[in-house]
Amino acid sequence: MDTLERLLSEHPFFKDLDPRYIQLIAGCAREVTFKAGEFIFREGDPSSHFWLIRSGKISLEVFAPGRGPIMIETLGDGDVMGWSWAVPPYRKQYDARALELTRALEFDAMCIRGKCDEEPKLGYELFKRFSQIIGQRLQATRLRLLDLYGSHS
Amino acid sequence: MAAIVKPQTTVLTDPMMPVPYRILRVRRETKDTFTFELHSVTGERFPFAPGQFNMLYLFGVGEVPISISGDPAHPEVLVHTVRVVGTVTKALCRLKRGDILGVRGPFGSSWPVAEAVGDDIVIVAGGVGLAPLRPAIYHLLNHRGDYGRVALLYGARTPGDMLYTDELVEWRGRFDIQVEVTVDAARPDEWQGNVGVVTTLIPRAHFDPHHVTALVCGPEIMMRFTILELQKRGLRDDQIYISMERNMKCAVGFCGHCQYGPHFVCKDGPVFRFDRVREIFGKREI
Amino acid sequence: MIGERVIVERQDFQKLLDALRQKGYVTVGPTVRDRAIIYDEIASVEDLPIGWTDEQDGGKYRLKRRADQALFGYVVGPHSWKKFLHPPVLSLWKARKNGKGFEITPNRDEPPRYAFIGVRSCELHAIFIQDRVFTNGKFVDPHYQARRRNVFIVAVNCVQAGGTCFCVSMKTGPKATAGFDLALTEILDGQRHYFVVEVGTTLGAEILQRVPTKPAQPRDLQIADERVAQAAQQMGRQLDTTDIKELLYRNLEHPRWDEVATRCLNCTNCTMVCPTCFCTTVEDVTDLTGAEAERVRKWDSCFTMDFSYIHGGSVRASAKSRYRQWLTHKLASWIDQFGTSGCVGCGRCITWCPVAIDITEEVRAIRESEQSKA
Repeated sequence: MDTLERLLSEHPFFKDLDPRYIQLIAGCAREVTFKAGEFIFREGDPSSHFWLIRSGKISLEVFAPGRGPIMIETLGDGDVMGWSWAVPPYRKQYDARALELTRALEFDAMCIRGKCDEEPKLGYELFKRFSQIIGQRLQATRLRLLDLYGSHS
Repeated sequence: MAAIVKPQTTVLTDPMMPVPYRILRVRRETKDTFTFELHSVTGERFPFAPGQFNMLYLFGVGEVPISISGDPAHPEVLVHTVRVVGTVTKALCRLKRGDILGVRGPFGSSWPVAEAVGDDIVIVAGGVGLAPLRPAIYHLLNHRGDYGRVALLYGARTPGDMLYTDELVEWRGRFDIQVEVTVDAARPDEWQGNVGVVTTLIPRAHFDPHHVTALVCGPEIMMRFTILELQKRGLRDDQIYISMERNMKCAVGFCGHCQYGPHFVCKDGPVFRFDRVREIFGKREI
Repeated sequence: MIGERVIVERQDFQKLLDALRQKGYVTVGPTVRDRAIIYDEIASVEDLPIGWTDEQDGGKYRLKRRADQALFGYVVGPHSWKKFLHPPVLSLWKARKNGKGFEITPNRDEPPRYAFIGVRSCELHAIFIQDRVFTNGKFVDPHYQARRRNVFIVAVNCVQAGGTCFCVSMKTGPKATAGFDLALTEILDGQRHYFVVEVGTTLGAEILQRVPTKPAQPRDLQIADERVAQAAQQMGRQLDTTDIKELLYRNLEHPRWDEVATRCLNCTNCTMVCPTCFCTTVEDVTDLTGAEAERVRKWDSCFTMDFSYIHGGSVRASAKSRYRQWLTHKLASWIDQFGTSGCVGCGRCITWCPVAIDITEEVRAIRESEQSKA
């Protein structure tokens, strides 16, 4: 088994995924490294990739006029970054900046979409996993919306 | 001139009588939160258990229940961290070194630092909820050998709203405690750490779910989601301890205000083992 | 002497009051005021509601003249003995500014030594319940204890039940069985008007020595027992207490709470008249100069809007949640807290509710809804 395939099958995100599918998507993946301070993508970029972070920390930021850039979420070891590749209009909504040296597996979205067209069951498996990620992010975001620690008197 | 309490001619000690304490030091933690170090006017020590609270009295203004946030190994100084949320706390936070306030206590139940000996400990604090947990952290670090792994997970609104930043850095620098901090939002020029809700730190905390005690304190919603995440990591309800808050007037179980189901938060709490309140926790308007 | 029953004639009743007053007791008991029978200081038999009775039902209280001249021919009114043992307003301490600090002087007033005249069995149980709240726990309320310690209790066994009474359901009456110094059963039998007096304590026996007494004949005792037993048959209400704690705990989200919330005005009457409700608040007040401060304790009610206020808002913001809190506390959580029910079946909350909400009916509705589903 190829190193990339091994890395994929070890990652919790692809747990229980049929080894045949692992092989398929490994063909769309490569290892990447981001230096501290480097931007992985900017707001408005086309969503051509998603990443599995192996180690490091990435900050998702939004630029608010008059307030400057605001960090809205950090992602670290083991996190999946990028789900907008699966949802039209396939555009990035935020900036992503590495806070420290970060190693990740980068997936070519076009390649993945192509493989899913060939093997719809693969698409379903990925869909299940990504909807879980989106759900968790939504949940976490809603909690922050409550401004739990704010003064409410 | 010191404050004097005239001796009573009636028989019993009255738990409704404040005792004078002098402010030794005021430290501003955030824009609306202050930590006070107090000394008894008569030089008494103030032994307490981590998690307990006092009723702090401001002459002619009123009283509020505030958790003790100091080191139980140093009962010669009484420490309270107060957040401005109402009339009394607003007036309290205007006090300066040398001012006197009244203290009644200590009241309430405490974090299970004795029962948890031998366990890993995971502490999850939200916002000002770190203050009632700090005495437990001090205790754990003072008796580090009695416990397994120790993880402190702390969530605050923004970096400017964090408490005890010096100590957090100090604790993080030790090799025997895992400290993870996150904020709800931050500017990149002021923060290099995590951004996200505190529950996201739980999957990364190092502990053995079969031998762990969790201490949780923060807004009720935060505690509710924290408990869910801890349960996902395999904790049973009797391994989780929370600290509840309710309106208090007397702190001794007579005024009835702090009732939470059948429990009096002032006597049966504020620290509760979660399995004991599981049925009513999260029920609306209880 | 304890347990012994003797006869005191009606014309000698005043001597009982006199004996108590001579011993330094402040005699308090029922008297008519503002068209109700309330509790206040009484010096003479004439202060008692002689020849009066009360007609009570949900949201209704009326005094009516009796055909006879009974001294205790009614049941309970809007007052209870808690107004003496657990005063509605009490100064706890005063503080005076002293440089940067302050000087505290506790309230050192000696409370009066009360003799309660005419305590019904349900009320005796209510006093025991408050004893558990204030003196049996980790902390003791010194103000309650100071008043309670010296109280002399003259109980009265009910020979007729009130319109909203359910002491039989709550096992608190109608016969007083313990905790009194003297217990009276008033008998009007043809021309005769007398009291069967049971001695409860040596203190009771001592007081009784200053009152002319006669040995009780078997017939007297029989009539007394029969009349009290009769009262037990006349209960105006009934409450099934089987597993009531579990019943209420598992029905915290029952739609009945929403229903009662459409009626309940949150007026707090029920908590004010209830003989066991004990909630209080404290007020810290200063004089105009700000040099003197005082802490005053006052009765409070869980029905008020900010009873459960914590920064930002009240935990129980809805009227429904506050009614639910009161009823489940009284009948369920009280048992977990203090080992007994909080309710003695006196019916006051039913009588004095302006919209006639009846806790026995509320519990019945919840219980029956479960049975119909089963």
